[in-house]
Amino acid sequence: MSNEHIDEISGITTTGHEWDGIKELNNPLPRWWVITFYITVAWALAYTIAYPAWPMLSSATRGVLAFSSRNDVKNEMAAADAAKAKYVTAIQSKTVSEIAADDTLREFAVAAGGAAFKVNCVQCHGSGAQGSTGFPNLNDDDWLWGGKAEVIQQTITHGIRFAADPDTRQSEMTAFADVLKPEQIAQVSAYVASLSGPVQDKSLIEPGAKVFADNCAACHGENAKGNRDLGAPNLTDAIWLHGSGEAAIAAQVRAPKNGVMPAWVGRLGETTVKELAVYVHSLGGGE
Amino acid sequence: MLDQSQVERLEAEAVNSSKTRQPLYAARKKIFPKRASGRFRQFKWLVMAITLGIYYLTPWLRWGRGPFAPDQAVLIDLANRRFYFFFIEIWPQEFYYVAGLLMMAGVGLFLITSTVGRAWCGYTCPQTVWVDLFLVVERAIEGDRNARMKLEAAPWSARKFFLRLSKHAIWLVIAVATGGAWIFYFADAPKLLGEVVTGTAAPIAYATIAVLTGTTYVFGGLMREQVCTYMCPWPRIQAAMLDENSLTVTYNDWRGEPRSRHAKKASAAGQSVGDCVDCNACVAVCPMGIDIRDGQQLECITCALCIDACDSVMDKLGRERGLISYATLADYNANMALATSGGTGPVDPALVRTPSGGFADGLAHFHLGKIFRLRTYIYLGVWSAIGLVLVYSLLTRERLELNVLHDRNPQFVTLSDGSIRNGYTVKLLNMIPEPRTVEITLHGLDGGEMSIVGIDQPASRSFSIPVEPDRLKTLKVFVRQPADQIRKPAQSFEFRIDDTASSETAEYTATFNAPENSR
Repeated sequence: MSNEHIDEISGITTTGHEWDGIKELNNPLPRWWVITFYITVAWALAYTIAYPAWPMLSSATRGVLAFSSRNDVKNEMAAADAAKAKYVTAIQSKTVSEIAADDTLREFAVAAGGAAFKVNCVQCHGSGAQGSTGFPNLNDDDWLWGGKAEVIQQTITHGIRFAADPDTRQSEMTAFADVLKPEQIAQVSAYVASLSGPVQDKSLIEPGAKVFADNCAACHGENAKGNRDLGAPNLTDAIWLHGSGEAAIAAQVRAPKNGVMPAWVGRLGETTVKELAVYVHSLGGGE
Repeated sequence: MLDQSQVERLEAEAVNSSKTRQPLYAARKKIFPKRASGRFRQFKWLVMAITLGIYYLTPWLRWGRGPFAPDQAVLIDLANRRFYFFFIEIWPQEFYYVAGLLMMAGVGLFLITSTVGRAWCGYTCPQTVWVDLFLVVERAIEGDRNARMKLEAAPWSARKFFLRLSKHAIWLVIAVATGGAWIFYFADAPKLLGEVVTGTAAPIAYATIAVLTGTTYVFGGLMREQVCTYMCPWPRIQAAMLDENSLTVTYNDWRGEPRSRHAKKASAAGQSVGDCVDCNACVAVCPMGIDIRDGQQLECITCALCIDACDSVMDKLGRERGLISYATLADYNANMALATSGGTGPVDPALVRTPSGGFADGLAHFHLGKIFRLRTYIYLGVWSAIGLVLVYSLLTRERLELNVLHDRNPQFVTLSDGSIRNGYTVKLLNMIPEPRTVEITLHGLDGGEMSIVGIDQPASRSFSIPVEPDRLKTLKVFVRQPADQIRKPAQSFEFRIDDTASSETAEYTATFNAPENSR
């Protein structure tokens, strides 16, 4: 071409492109470089044949290798299940106490149980198993039905006051609004509150103790320490499921709330229930 | 009749006219480096033996660390995330030592390049060393430069086929050995060698060997100088690294020009003649295939083989060595100014010579003092500073560590007797390859006691914990404080671990949370 530029220093033609006085030399590429480029193009095309790539009307081409990320996940899950099989079998054949006593198995069960807890239990018991009013805190050492691993397993398996399960834990506190006079309720509430803290009107305590002995001791025990066979709470400690203080106690005496927990074995299966029991037992209050 | 003058002539040219067509790509010109001999070639053999020796033999060095750690001197244990280097063991969180070493390597490269130019490229770069090794094989089988060029040009015959086959076969053996040596840095070498040979090693081992065999064979055997010229960034960076006092391989045209193949005749005819006899020995030995007489070039790796080639020619001619030599740009410019009377005329060798044939007094010669200049001192200072910091932190680093993570959910738990319990995940790091028993104790937090999950002991302020060698032990610790001892909603206290045997200790300040309404 007539308008060809030749760079004075290198003697090589330029492409005619110039930026602020810097000209681009028209050096040819090395041949192997160009061949490498063509190979990458061929590779890319082969890739679209081997793997899902070209969009069609309803879906993309499947690719001759029939790769799918869903299958990959399936295989990975199967591999994970296979890797866990050893522990799962051991958990199936052992009791929860035995699992809790074995370091490796406990670690596995706590991890698996913790995951199951996050999905199934946090809705009521809270993400840290800390509970809330009406829903027990599972971290503490106060247990309505007992805190041994086997007992926890029984509770999770069959639930509490869950009508659909014949083996569920059953008990119901009477609504004393129909049985006791209002002043008697005030007296017994003051008495119960006095067992774990100061009360305002100390004169109510003594008559309250009599009301308690007549009406409450049958379930909560003469010393108000509760009865785990009936799920009757210990009234002398610092933990109050439905709120502490005389007013909250009086409300519970008048019209008790009886919490319900579903039976989980049907939905989760025995292995997961065992893992959950070990997890709950490991939270710090297990007996 | 046609009147041709009436036909208009157009200024037109086909866009793809063969006269102006440019090639899109250029075929590679094959290089057949001739064998050089001399001081620098000797030095390169030595460097080659040392570097290859380090690479192939290091994994086989043993270093006793007791029964609880591998006895391989240099080992990158990826599975257990440990790096062993003789007496040093590095955990993943100490990886900054490696980062520091990389920084030292970078600054060291600057230091070397600013003083002696691309010495890394010319002597120690793996590309250079392996190409050199592959050339040794090529020469042994196909002969030196002329024989190889003849073989290349010759039509295919049984002999050519056999020579080529043996050359590539030996190259492949070297490539496999190179790829094979790499994996021994990542596992116990003798055991892994057995596994590799019997076909029982992990697939990744074979994959690594295959990939590195491929790169070694292709880069060292087939691509050679193309890697340096087209793939490596360093030739581009060197321009920023070199200055006028850096040593580079230089053709001293102030004594070489005007070059002549018929020096005697020209000199007899009264023409001025330089030392260069244009024998092209420097071009023939160049592994990059360039002519150093064209000046400093991107392709030049400063391997100095042209110096050796030229020196032996000068020896034969009875002239001083150093027509091609390591020289600084400053010296070269000064001598050129002398030889050209300040750039006013062509090079006149007579100007740099005394009448008796020796060099003129005014010539600049390299001396070691030029290496020591501000830039060198700065690089050296930075390099040593990083090194000293690394050594200091290596000598004073802790081998027993404690990390504590406070449970956030729930932050505290009220127990039936009114006391408050907090949960902690406590991590004990035993960073030596020996088992030890550490005492973990509570400091502060009046009345506080701890219990540890999995340890069947009554609550206490102190526990003895055995920790496996070179391992991290995770404990779930519950700390409990009676209600009447709680001072405020958030109290600080310390976990402390003591190894009575070695009197090492570690401490961690943690927080104990209690409800707002507690005393």
